[in-house]
Amino acid sequence: MSTTTTRGVAEATVAETSKSRPRRGLRSNATLNFWLFTGPFLIGLVIFVFVPIGWSIWLSFFDARYTVTPSHFIGFDNYKQILTNSNFPDSLLTFTVFAAFIVPTTWALSLGLALLVNQLRFMRAFFRSVFFLPTAVSYVAAALIWKMSIFSGVRFGLMNTVLGWFGVDNIAYLANPSPPWYWLVIVSLRLWIQAGFYMILFLAALQNIPAELYEAAEIDGAKRGWQTFRYITLPQLRATSTAVVLLLLVAAYQAFDEFFNIIGTKATWAQTPLMELYKAALGTSQDYGAGSAGAVILSLLICIVTLAQGRIMGFGRGEESK
Amino acid sequence: MSAMSNSNWSRRSIFRAAAGMAAAGTLAACGGNNGRGGSSGSGKNLVQYFHAYGEAGTEQAIKRYAKAYTKANVTTNWITGNNFEAKLFSSLLTKQAPDVFEFHPQLQLVKSGQVADLSDIIDPVKDDFNPADIKSHTVDGKIYGIRMIDDPQFFYYRKSMLEKAKVEVPTTLDELLEAAAKLTTSKVKGAYLGNDFTAVQNPIIWSAGADTIDANNQIAYHTDGVVEGLKKLRQLFTSGHVLLDAPTDFWDPSSLNQGLCAIQWGGMWSMPAMQQALGDDLGIFPFPSIGSKGKQSVYNGGWSMFVNAKGDNVEAAKAYVKWLWIDQKKYQEDWATSYGFHIPPRTPIAAGATKLKSGLPAEGVKLFTDYGHFDNIAYDQTMQTAFADVIANSIRKNGNPEAALDACDKKVNVELKKLFG
Repeated sequence: MSTTTTRGVAEATVAETSKSRPRRGLRSNATLNFWLFTGPFLIGLVIFVFVPIGWSIWLSFFDARYTVTPSHFIGFDNYKQILTNSNFPDSLLTFTVFAAFIVPTTWALSLGLALLVNQLRFMRAFFRSVFFLPTAVSYVAAALIWKMSIFSGVRFGLMNTVLGWFGVDNIAYLANPSPPWYWLVIVSLRLWIQAGFYMILFLAALQNIPAELYEAAEIDGAKRGWQTFRYITLPQLRATSTAVVLLLLVAAYQAFDEFFNIIGTKATWAQTPLMELYKAALGTSQDYGAGSAGAVILSLLICIVTLAQGRIMGFGRGEESK
Repeated sequence: MSAMSNSNWSRRSIFRAAAGMAAAGTLAACGGNNGRGGSSGSGKNLVQYFHAYGEAGTEQAIKRYAKAYTKANVTTNWITGNNFEAKLFSSLLTKQAPDVFEFHPQLQLVKSGQVADLSDIIDPVKDDFNPADIKSHTVDGKIYGIRMIDDPQFFYYRKSMLEKAKVEVPTTLDELLEAAAKLTTSKVKGAYLGNDFTAVQNPIIWSAGADTIDANNQIAYHTDGVVEGLKKLRQLFTSGHVLLDAPTDFWDPSSLNQGLCAIQWGGMWSMPAMQQALGDDLGIFPFPSIGSKGKQSVYNGGWSMFVNAKGDNVEAAKAYVKWLWIDQKKYQEDWATSYGFHIPPRTPIAAGATKLKSGLPAEGVKLFTDYGHFDNIAYDQTMQTAFADVIANSIRKNGNPEAALDACDKKVNVELKKLFG
């Protein structure tokens, strides 16, 4: 919405000024304009993205402890170490379990919220804002609230207080990994923060479905509720669903903040790939070589998964393939 | 809106303004908080890094000492949060690296040429220092850091609670398990060893009669005694008699002060705050012995000052470190005893520290002397992290301690090979 407004204004300004100064309009030199507008962004991209990626690939073949300008070439030793003598492979498994659970759950919850909010006849804006608000909370702040007040292990933690009313003993949600209550803490936090944002995406898509489709279906005898949802709403949401699943998957890959703050690095479970890499490269062992090797492996995996997902779900294909 | 359509605004001036703003923003971002206080003051500018001590007044104290130094302009970065190491290490690789920083002695820092040799400033007063503190900072005859404070860690307990439950002060791990069971009520847990039990990862080794690594730099922690200790602590962990997931960790006195537990592992730094909250209802004891070969132990941790050998101002930094941590005895005593309690590593200062002369602080000093084990400079962070995994896998998770120790051996041996070839 805001983009359209700005574009309108910009075009108006351009039109106006080019009338007053016809000799050398900016429009005349497309190449210059291209570099003018993309240049700053490209420079940033090169300095902050491409150079670090290249650097990290280079580091992964060196004995880079306590330095980012190493000189001792060791070939694939870092890769061997991170794959055989570390917790990195386990963390990939942890992540897969986490993603397999959180992606469908968040998808379903945000779609459910969107359907509910969409049904509202009044106070829709209010509920939309209420569900969206958690998106504005930082993962770190939320993690501390979850850890220290809601799921604190002491008798006056919120959950333990509630359970206490029913005579249930205090539970150490985070210290004790069996049963794995820590997943409850992490998943509930992530749902709370994420669901509102994806709800907004679904809500926008829901409001874009033409009402005629429902009318036509009703005339054809489709029952309201499950039938229209299954055969009209869901197919119409396909593009949005695909985008949401992709975004959720990327977000799950990047999971770090809440794991780092809730589980910490002194555990051997629920360590995401990024946490393992953080420990290897930026923790006290400062092994930038091994850390970079892990980062390269992770990047390759993300590429493969994204491509595969694009294949399966048809993301990025033309409109006609829907 | 009106400004945009107003033709007084030429496109070029808008672009210029925008570019200027962007440039200013970038510069401001680059300037960041590197702790360098600009060009004010005379002489060199030095930056020092400290982790955030929990006790009130510590930050002001460090800044007050730095301000009293006239030969350089010293700025302090007081680093909050629980990842001081990560922030320190990553900044050491950059231009914004501190000239002076506090840390623990670690061989890797020496081998990589990160910390400067301080022998020339320490040697004249070497005999002043606790020999163990010199030894733990010495590599091939050179001394790489100045110990500021020694921090023994031991158990604190509420005398009244033990009396009420008719429990003696435990001297063996079995007794500790029993005591924890008897002391646990509906409101109070028997013991607190920190939220993840890694605070006692070294004392477990020492109390079982083993060591981290031996004089020949070989693994010395993998013994039957340590395995027994891990099994017993697993029993304690699952017994329901320990406090878990407390809002504050072992280094904070709150859990004991607020009556959440009867026994808490902690550092000597917490003593003033505990005495203030609990008065005389407070005692201390070392980590109990494990098995037949075991003996009680105390972990003598602490913090030391290092000079960044790769910095631009090595000589100025050394001069500052010498001034504050060798010459200024008043400040050293103030730092060790006015906030949390720490033991001054220099014997004359320790001997003159009246606050540590009597009562519970004196008992703390006695535990430090009688049962204390110091850091081994060669047992570095990678190895400690590997052993922390043993704690996680065999105490908090129901893993086999032998298997966990085997996995740890593998990682430690890789590291030992890197360090010693």
